[in-house]
Amino acid sequence: MIPSIPQPKSFHALYGAYVTLFFIYLVLPLVVVAVFAFNDSMFPSLPWNGFTLDWFFNPDEPRLGLFHDGRLLRSIWTSFYIACWVTLLSIAVGISNAFLFERHDFPFKNMLYMLMLLPLVIPGVILGISILVFSSTIANWLENTFGIEATLLRPSTFLVILGQFSFIATICTLVISARLRKFDTALEEAAQSLGASQLVAVWTVTIPYLKPAIVGAAIVAFLMSFENFNTTLMLVGSDQPLTIAMYGRLREGSTPELNALSLLLMLLSGSLALLSVFVQRDKT
Amino acid sequence: MSLSLRSAVRLNLILLLIPVFLWLLLLIILPHIDMLLVSTQVKVRPRVYEFSFANYGEFFSEPLYWRTFARTAIMSIAATLLTLVIAFPVAYYIAKMLRGRMKSFLFLLCLVPFWVSELVRTFGWMILLRESGVFSNLFQWIGFADGPVEMLYNDATIMVGLIYTSMLFMVVPLVTILDSLDDSLVEAGYDLGGNAFTVLRTIIIPHAMPGIVSGCIVVFMLTLGNYLTPVLLGGKDSLWFTAQIYTQFITRFNWELGAAFGFLLLFLSSMIVWMGLKLSRQTLTETMG
Repeated sequence: MIPSIPQPKSFHALYGAYVTLFFIYLVLPLVVVAVFAFNDSMFPSLPWNGFTLDWFFNPDEPRLGLFHDGRLLRSIWTSFYIACWVTLLSIAVGISNAFLFERHDFPFKNMLYMLMLLPLVIPGVILGISILVFSSTIANWLENTFGIEATLLRPSTFLVILGQFSFIATICTLVISARLRKFDTALEEAAQSLGASQLVAVWTVTIPYLKPAIVGAAIVAFLMSFENFNTTLMLVGSDQPLTIAMYGRLREGSTPELNALSLLLMLLSGSLALLSVFVQRDKT
Repeated sequence: MSLSLRSAVRLNLILLLIPVFLWLLLLIILPHIDMLLVSTQVKVRPRVYEFSFANYGEFFSEPLYWRTFARTAIMSIAATLLTLVIAFPVAYYIAKMLRGRMKSFLFLLCLVPFWVSELVRTFGWMILLRESGVFSNLFQWIGFADGPVEMLYNDATIMVGLIYTSMLFMVVPLVTILDSLDDSLVEAGYDLGGNAFTVLRTIIIPHAMPGIVSGCIVVFMLTLGNYLTPVLLGGKDSLWFTAQIYTQFITRFNWELGAAFGFLLLFLSSMIVWMGLKLSRQTLTETMG
């Protein structure tokens, strides 16, 4: 079953057909979503009524185009804002954790490492509700004892950021640690023996070396945050991020405007994906 | 090591420990402890709570709850196994039958669904499968069906969506591990008189075991915790346990019961992960890192 071992022609044909079918299965839903963004009809379904760009650019109801839909544009902004914070926090904690676990030895290190991995095996919905319960407990306590109204700790964008950060930080830690493990500490020592302080050495030698991993982790973190649904659903406040807004529209049934939005998202994540492949490539 | 250097290292260590402690304590450990506490409380009067396991009792006495739970678990296991069976030949094809550009291209193509939001993917399936959808029209056009066919809102559709969403997390570890299998081992198997089946059973699968296990664990967890796919593709009757948790928390505002449900789901997911690791004699650190 490897190329060097002859197999009957029919086997190859069948196997090839299976793999082709698999890839059709993989891309079909995405293609359909993209194509119907241009259908001149009120619903994202057949029949095909001709090509239109209304679902992107038409300024008024009922054929409101994406770029004139204030509510959707606002939710894109909310998602962007959340994703930026989550990325920033996760990268900062990820770098700190990488140095902690790769450079230091301390009691219970393995236990802490296991704990650090836990957020990946906890379902997102449960991460969401546990943070919701805990923050409400604190908020209630603050209100009852001090009379302080802690609106931040009620479902809000702030909680969404914390909820997403709670597991994306693990992913950033893993990506950055993997790169730091390959770093030759002699380079840092060389910088120090040339007169750099430890902090300067890390900043000018180690961090640049980590850059591909940091950028890669940042892209993954940004996308995971932007597309997160499960954790966000439980913590969302009055400002709806994009996934929540889209979910609402999907349930109501929507015009092909949603297809236009989806196509835009695919292009955005596709270009980010290409960027990350490009960045990871020069990791020699 | 001089004394000042040692204290510098110690200061470093403490500074690096602060973020990880804050993160894990405030966002993971304390919230789960609090959720456990809330799940063991029962409201006796408005604003008055008592310690009790009644919420867990309600789960076992109300058939809807434990049936939904069992159904979610069984369907997740089925989805995981199906994903494995479908993905394995594809991963093998990419890892062993292809070379060069085609290989990296198809591997990247497998990653595509990961980069696209789950909402968009599910939306695609809805357009394909609904009554006025692409497949329904196609079947009528070919003559398979006389009228519109509704293919949404049943278990098979939920399954298709779940497998689709999970595929990547199975293909990637499988391709990685199969790539590391030396071709000469397979050749040796044939030289010693093995056929395709025995080579697969005694050489390829044992070699791929770590990849199979980590793929299965990730897929199972993601499926069990999935919310969007069952709810959107299964409609009202999807009966997925995460949807039940959402109902208790957000719709009914019964946090105590919802927290108990959350713990049961967490327990099930941890048990299966733990069993998977034990069966394959691996550790969490190896599988995830």
